[in-house]
This record gives sequence, C-alpha cells and structure tokens, in this order.
Amino acid sequence: MQQASLKFTIPSDLAASREVQQQIMDAVHRAGFSENATFAIKLSLEEALVNAIKHGNKLDPKKHVHIQAKVNSRQAEIVIEDEGPGFDRKCVPDPTADENLTKCSGRGLLLMEAYMTSVEYSNQGRKVRMIRKND
Amino acid sequence: MSEQIPPIAVSTHKDVRVVEFTNNKILDEANIDGIRKTLEALIDEGERPKLLLDFATVDHLSSAALGMLINTNNRVKSRNGQLRLANIKPQIFEVFEITKLNKLFKILSSRTEALASFN
Repeated sequence: MQQASLKFTIPSDLAASREVQQQIMDAVHRAGFSENATFAIKLSLEEALVNAIKHGNKLDPKKHVHIQAKVNSRQAEIVIEDEGPGFDRKCVPDPTADENLTKCSGRGLLLMEAYMTSVEYSNQGRKVRMIRKND
Repeated sequence: MSEQIPPIAVSTHKDVRVVEFTNNKILDEANIDGIRKTLEALIDEGERPKLLLDFATVDHLSSAALGMLINTNNRVKSRNGQLRLANIKPQIFEVFEITKLNKLFKILSSRTEALASFN
C-alpha cells in the first residue's frame, strides 16, 4: 500500500498554512478518499492549523508550527504541534450550550472531534493527533 | 497589503437584501473578514434590516465563518432586523447541526421560502 509522508515547519502565519493544506489535501485526493472523508479532513485541518497559529502561537512570528501527515488509502493521520503555552481540553467551554450559542468563537475543537475518527491532545495541548479513516 | 474584494454578490428583492456567496469555500480569514465588513455595512444601512444569505454555492465553511454569521445575526438583532439563511447543502447543514447553530438561525430550504418568511 502506497503511503504519502509529508512534513512541514511553517511560521505562525495563516497564509503559510495554505500551501500545507493544499499539499495534504492533494495527497488525500490521490489516495482516493470518499467525499465525506475528504470534507471532514479539509475542515479539521483548517481548524487545527488556525488553532495552532492563532490560539497556540498567538501569531507570534518567532514561533513555528510543525505538521506531519501520513496518508494512505485506508486513513489519513495528521499531527500538528505549536510552540504556545498549551491548553486543557477540559477547560474549553461547550459551544453548544445555550449560553454559548451566540459567541463568535470556540467551535473548532468540536468540529474536529465530530468529523475525525479520533483526536488526541498531548504535550499539554500543544500537539494534536487526528486520524480520519476512509469510508 | 492589497484589499481583497469580498466573494459575495448583493441584490435587492423588495425590502430584502439578498447576499450570494460567489466562492464555494468560506474558509480563509481574510475573505471572511471582508464578508463580515460588507454584511455589517448592509445591516447598518437602515433600521430593521432584512437580510437573506443564500448558501447555494457553498461547499466548505470553517468555524471562523460560523463566527462571522453569528456576528451578523447579533448585529441584525441589535437593529431589530431579520436574518434568514437559505439553500444550505446537506453536508454544510450538518455543520450547523453539530454546532447546534440550526437552533440559532432561521434556516429555510429555498430562497423563495426564505423571502416569503420575512415579516
């Protein structure tokens, strides 16, 4: 089974993340993922990169984001690590609670966890490992 | 940095401002910010604004786009206006369901239904 292994280190810049997203999504297309799985990976990758750059590294140009992706026809595994202070998943408010519905942010983790097969946080929240199996 | 033209088209149907997204992705923060500013300007045109967002072309959106929509909803409400969303594809509607934002927004299946739903 063919596997694409991709590795990137980018500055804390949303524009720099576009090329990473493009290359990973190209590998997902080449591996023949279903439409639903492709949608899930694209959305979760966007959310995880924005989290790392904006909320993790707080757009600090001196900090970097490290990305690894392994994609084969069975699954895509994406690991993203920032150089920020980390966070505790348990302390992130539930955005679906009635009192939080009108808040403009805080839905990225919910979407990643809903759309990926598994999402794990490590290194005190600086590192996220997401897997999406193909349908 | 050059200003980007927001990827939306605005038309008017009676007293309703109808906004179509002209890009199939509402992901990029720069685009989202441009859309937000354009929608804010439409809302601020008068009292009790009526705004319809047509999602017919939209295949992808991010949580940042959802934030922009909530900001729009809050602003419309603050001016005693009405906001409707229409033509949302099933895959995108699922994002609204997961986030429970289908409870917050008035979502209609077609533009015709949405236009008819304004008071």
